[in-house]
Amino acid sequence: MPRLPLEGLRVLEITVVWAGPYCGSFLADLGAEVIRVESTKTFVPLTRGAAAHISQSVIDNLPLYSGGTPGRVPGDRPFNRSPMFNSHARNKRSMTVNLLDPGGREIFDRLVAISDVLIENNPTETMEKLGISYESLRTVKDDIIMMRMPAYGSDGPYRDYRAHGVHIEGVVGHTMLRGYEDTDPSYNTTVLMSDAAAGAQGAFAVLAALRHRKRTGEGQLVELGQAENVFSFLGEYYLDYAMNGRIHGTLGNRHPRALQNCYPCAGENRWIAITIYDNDQWRTLCDIIGAAQMRDDPELADHEDRNRHQDVIDPVIAEWTRGQTPEEAMRKLQEHGISAGAVMTQADAFDDPHIQSREFFHEASQEDCGTHLYPGPLYRMSETPLGIRRGPVMFGQDNEYVYRELLGYSEAEYAEFEAAGHIGTDYAPGVG
Amino acid sequence: MMSMPEGALTGLKVLDLTHYVAGPYCTKLLADYGADVIKVERPPDGDGSRRMGPYPGDEPHQEKSAQFLHLNTNKRGIVVDLTQSGAVGIMEGLASWADVVVESFRPGVADRLGVGYERLSRINPAIVYTSISNFGQTGPYRDYRGSEIVFYGMGGEMHSTGLADREPLKLGGNVGLYQAGAVAAVATMGAILAGSFYVDDDEDGATGQHIDVSILETQLGSVDRRQSALLAYQYTGELSHRPASGGSGGYPNAVYPCSDGYLQINGSRMYFPRAVAMLGNPPELETERWKDPSSQGNSEMQDEFEAGHFLPWILEQTRAEAWQAAQESRVLSGPINTMADLDVDPSFNARGVFAEGDHPAAGRMRYPGRPFIMNGSPWRLRRTAPLLGEHTAEVLGEIGYTDADIGGLSAAGVILVNAREQ
Repeated sequence: MPRLPLEGLRVLEITVVWAGPYCGSFLADLGAEVIRVESTKTFVPLTRGAAAHISQSVIDNLPLYSGGTPGRVPGDRPFNRSPMFNSHARNKRSMTVNLLDPGGREIFDRLVAISDVLIENNPTETMEKLGISYESLRTVKDDIIMMRMPAYGSDGPYRDYRAHGVHIEGVVGHTMLRGYEDTDPSYNTTVLMSDAAAGAQGAFAVLAALRHRKRTGEGQLVELGQAENVFSFLGEYYLDYAMNGRIHGTLGNRHPRALQNCYPCAGENRWIAITIYDNDQWRTLCDIIGAAQMRDDPELADHEDRNRHQDVIDPVIAEWTRGQTPEEAMRKLQEHGISAGAVMTQADAFDDPHIQSREFFHEASQEDCGTHLYPGPLYRMSETPLGIRRGPVMFGQDNEYVYRELLGYSEAEYAEFEAAGHIGTDYAPGVG
Repeated sequence: MMSMPEGALTGLKVLDLTHYVAGPYCTKLLADYGADVIKVERPPDGDGSRRMGPYPGDEPHQEKSAQFLHLNTNKRGIVVDLTQSGAVGIMEGLASWADVVVESFRPGVADRLGVGYERLSRINPAIVYTSISNFGQTGPYRDYRGSEIVFYGMGGEMHSTGLADREPLKLGGNVGLYQAGAVAAVATMGAILAGSFYVDDDEDGATGQHIDVSILETQLGSVDRRQSALLAYQYTGELSHRPASGGSGGYPNAVYPCSDGYLQINGSRMYFPRAVAMLGNPPELETERWKDPSSQGNSEMQDEFEAGHFLPWILEQTRAEAWQAAQESRVLSGPINTMADLDVDPSFNARGVFAEGDHPAAGRMRYPGRPFIMNGSPWRLRRTAPLLGEHTAEVLGEIGYTDADIGGLSAAGVILVNAREQ
């Protein structure tokens, strides 16, 4: 087996909810040894599920992403079974230590001293309470790279403001740009684009900092404010404001320079997304759906006309799509060079022949969950193939490895730390 | 003389064969943090994003498209007709020069144009070569066309985005394509750093490789609900679905109107006491029945809370006032801003999120600046997006072409040299 790109790199994570753990998962996929630093004394909601010890009745009422434990039952250790955590926890390690205790801090410092990177995405005040800063880390490891991911920034007027992804989406202007074209933002449902952006660009930032360290020998503090970070994804909207003072609302599924929408298909709640970019594609579409009259209508000859008359065109397209399954319609349109995609549920994605042929899903096992198919690494590398080397990490799973092998503590010390509540594979009674 | 601190990727040489959004965003990240990125465009009119707009005054102009200006900062631009035999030597020269190639042609096209991985890796075996395509380099859909809504519909959680009695709904703008570009930048950096952190005992050392980024897969693996929804389906057999209404259950837990716009407030369930504190602890909300967890699923109590207490409070306030009050009670919240709001946002301005750029055609303008702060190797706007063919002569000169060669290639239509440069 060829060695993975980041083999030999050690990354510590004090991360919660989505953005930070997702950032770490990119580095873990690439072969870094990513160690989650967790605590038996603290449960941060929405990280390893909604709560540490959760009852069946609560699980039943949770949304699928947090309550969808195997078989929808909590099990003895529900915190090892939540899909919201397990979906990105592959290829990682987990150790526990109580950072609020001076003895725990000493253990943590020894771990920092042999690590390259620390990633955290906690509220600013949490890290202050723990006394963990770039300066404090540097006293133990001079060339450490620290990645911080506050919602807005470690300074500025929103320094202590609390936010989840959905709030950041609003602040940065994304919420205003999505939603149906005829509803106001109060009808918008929750999306987490800023977490995805923070995870990917956070991983890029860590890798860029590692290259800088390789050239100069110097580590550094990287600060990724999550709202600022995803602002880059909306650059053309900001520039339109800067150029023209224009404020955009939502177009729903429509497109400013193409004929585009999501159309109903045969079957219940089945849909297809179609984008017609140019006049050739328009005429081809009309041929396929048997709309000769529209094809030759001079009033619909180019995209501005079609955008203006989309309310008239859409029902004609929908009449055709209603007679097809999404897969049939997609195939017929794509065969003629038209952008069309079946809107896929999770089941559709697992059944899709293309996704299967790409081997995107990987089988992985974990003691508390059994064996399942997991979404795998997000790209392929020809010489250093990535995969799932290890199932989603269980809470404290690697305490023995970290304390004994990496840090060299004796068996007696290990037992002491266990008694003191640093080491555990479950949360302390009453936590979470 | 004080020298400017260098970017993290200073000295990294990138041959950029990308166009539209995802590919150029990947190379923008590399360029913005210091890499020397040479973008190759085709004659006569270059990257398609030059025709995407929007434009100042809504007047189409190939040098003034906002989409292009945003995605191509800090790059140099050359124009080469890859279909002509005269281009072969140029591309060989650039492949020898480069550490990295990023391309976003449809699968098979780079090979046909003589700039595929196999050929360029023979010229430069250490090359990291990243291909970004709609559905990947292999598989039954490899030649399928894509668009933002198609990728999100097939790959992302579009089926559960929007309302139950309506059609599934895409996200705003091109955020999925941007995300694909960011993931491609991660993959590229991973390959660049390969072997940096262990001592290699076999002499071979780190070599180049081919990275295959499928935009579809960047959506399937997105933490924007899709990864966890896919796994939850494996765990339970249940599908996610579009909710009946906005918000996410319980109260207050949605986007609400204020006197000057909207504010998202999430103070439901275990955070309900914080929401009550935010309202100034009205005694009517401090009785036992509001402390019963089942009250959060009681629609009559929700109406009582909203109509009797919450809406009268929030409708009287601006977004900024209500946001501050919510934060003071530690209630998760955030205003629904527009780009006009962000332009004057106190935090964005105080923290230097914007960058001023001066472009020869588009003029002086404020751009979105650094996405994140690298304290030891800062982001800088070293140059605005290149004019079409702005650096053709300069770059060809650097790889050994004489002025006479360049004149000949230009006359033969193999390259386009921008008039400003001649």
